[in-house]
Amino acid sequence: MEIQMQYYLLVSTVMFFAGVYGFVTRRNLIAILLSIELILNAVNINFAVFNRYLFPGQMEGLFFSIFSIAIAAAETAVAIAIIVNIYRNLKNIEVKNLDELKD
Amino acid sequence: MEYTILIVLLPMLTFIVLGLLGMKLKACTSGLIGTLSMAVTTVISYATAWIYFTGARVDGVYQKWVPFNIEWLRFTDTLHIDLGVLLDPISAMMLIVITTVSLMVHIYSLGYMKGERGFERYYAFLSLFSCSMLGLVLATNIFQMYIFWELVGVSSYLLIGFYYTKPEAIAASKKAFIVTRFADLGFLIGILLLSFFTQTFDFGVLTSGDRSIFTQAAGTTFMGCSVLAWATALIFVGGAGKSAMFPLHIWLPDAMEGPTPVSALIHAATMVVAGVYLVARLFPVYYFETPEVLHGVAYLGAFTSLFAAVIACVQTDIKRVLAFSTISQIGFMMVALGVSGYGGHNGTGYMAGMFHLFTHAMFKALLFLGAGAIIHAVHSNEMSHMGGLRKQLPITHITFLIACLAIAGIPPFSGFFSKDEILAATFSFAPAMGWIMSFIAGLTAFYMFRLYYNIFWGTPAEHEHEPHEAPASMTTPLIILAAVTCVAGFIPFGKFVSSDGADYIIHLEASVAITSVVIALIGIAVATVFYRKKSSIPDRLEQTFNGLHNAAKHRFYIDEVYLFITKRIIFNGISRSIAWFDRHVIDGAMNGLAFVTNKMSFAIRGLQSGQIQQYLLVFLAGLLLITLLVLVC
Repeated sequence: MEIQMQYYLLVSTVMFFAGVYGFVTRRNLIAILLSIELILNAVNINFAVFNRYLFPGQMEGLFFSIFSIAIAAAETAVAIAIIVNIYRNLKNIEVKNLDELKD
Repeated sequence: MEYTILIVLLPMLTFIVLGLLGMKLKACTSGLIGTLSMAVTTVISYATAWIYFTGARVDGVYQKWVPFNIEWLRFTDTLHIDLGVLLDPISAMMLIVITTVSLMVHIYSLGYMKGERGFERYYAFLSLFSCSMLGLVLATNIFQMYIFWELVGVSSYLLIGFYYTKPEAIAASKKAFIVTRFADLGFLIGILLLSFFTQTFDFGVLTSGDRSIFTQAAGTTFMGCSVLAWATALIFVGGAGKSAMFPLHIWLPDAMEGPTPVSALIHAATMVVAGVYLVARLFPVYYFETPEVLHGVAYLGAFTSLFAAVIACVQTDIKRVLAFSTISQIGFMMVALGVSGYGGHNGTGYMAGMFHLFTHAMFKALLFLGAGAIIHAVHSNEMSHMGGLRKQLPITHITFLIACLAIAGIPPFSGFFSKDEILAATFSFAPAMGWIMSFIAGLTAFYMFRLYYNIFWGTPAEHEHEPHEAPASMTTPLIILAAVTCVAGFIPFGKFVSSDGADYIIHLEASVAITSVVIALIGIAVATVFYRKKSSIPDRLEQTFNGLHNAAKHRFYIDEVYLFITKRIIFNGISRSIAWFDRHVIDGAMNGLAFVTNKMSFAIRGLQSGQIQQYLLVFLAGLLLITLLVLVC
């Protein structure tokens, strides 16, 4: 028997809002980065699922999710580099300390 | 004849050279440069006048020559401003007057201003003045005249305020500039009106006798008068300002704060007659198109003349007496122009006014230069610090006496001839006016001899050191001008200048001549009785007519009236309320705007916390809101 589409969507929605919740509540930059990855992966699941169920003969959704994974990896590399630099300057990675741009 | 433009350019070049390099030159060098350049200008002017008066006649009538003319600004096909040189009898005559007096003043100043601070600046300004005055009389069109008219005003301002460390001099220069500038506003409006309707600035066209160009202006009326009458009246206002006609005369007595040679050049001989020259220049327009304005000129001139003569009788500062006498004499010239007719014997007044301008320039310059020599000797302007100076200053005494006799109208000195012609013209215009002007002539004789006796006779005052005769550089101009004053009356002036350019033979009318001489002699006799020796009559008269004496001494409170109008009414009534509006409404609106912006910024600055998560929350809330809206609608 085939698993119905809405169960995939349920998982991806839970993942998405878990990511949003994490983004808003976490104080640690690494945790926020993780939350962003959750959000991205939720979207990737959606791409794959919609491609599989709505347009079975085509591959665009799958390719798009591969793109998105690659970009997420690059983004993570940049973000980690920034976070390392922040740590070197501030000796912590608390997000609430990063408010100097308001002045 | 293109070289005539040098008459204007040479003094201007001197001004630029002295103005830029003056500080580097030695004082006497810059003085000599100025004087030499003026001498060359004088020679060119004399040559020009000679060539003009010998060669410009066609059928016995002087033609207008325009030896040089370039277009400077073009507005429309017909309306353009040119810069050029116009030669006609009056401009050639003015060339002689201006360059002669200016050269005398240049020479005189070498002695008078010796050792003053800013000697080279003084000569630079004198050159600027000569340049602009010569440009004024040579103007080919009314706008060029206006340009040089303003330049004359500026150089007058600069020279009155020459002693810029003296507060009175600064106040006087500002007053002179503002009052004449105020009058020039009228002049400018007049020019614009006239040129708008006639489509020309050119004097040659305006005075050509072609009346068709005026029909449009004469046909349009404004407030009960034709626009042409308004235009000519407003142009006269400009002339009245420069020529110190009542009620715009207030600047001239104060202008005496400047150096005395400057008073001789600008405020006696040349600049103050610019108004007379202007009326004479536009005389055909005044006479043919707006005779009522011309009559107004005559009445105003007569009133000013009387008014100034009365004031001159009681002033004690010798330069102020001379200043009021200048105003009175310019009044004479205005009257002469105002009562004049056109052509032939009717043009007596025109000829007489110009003749008086000529002779007056010479003897009044002489009087001022003499006064300068006296001030140089006693270091004071006040009559009470003088007296009995005839022994110490013999040359000044004789030349001053000649000038006094000339202005009083005693033959054979020049003033007699010109004043007599003016009186003859006024008698033929209206006998009443003739008698008034004769009375003023008597007053003139009286106050001039009051001045003369108070300076050279009477009781000698105490001096810190013995007064001594001025150096040769100062006495030479006095002697030259005195010689001119003695012979100028015999010039057949009517052969050179007349209303229509044709010959006019001066013949003295015995009745008028005798009357005027008798009146002048009476004036002199009264002055002799009053002031030759110490006498109690003037003091007793002063007590009898206390009110009149006081009023005249305070110049009939005209300055106070001006101060009242400007300070009390204009400053308080208009300026204050406008200032209040500016401070509170205009500035207040701007301040309020800034205040509100400031407060608003403080109120919303909390939103920008720099906390990323806060921003995200707001972003999410917004997103939700939009999603809901999309779903609902």
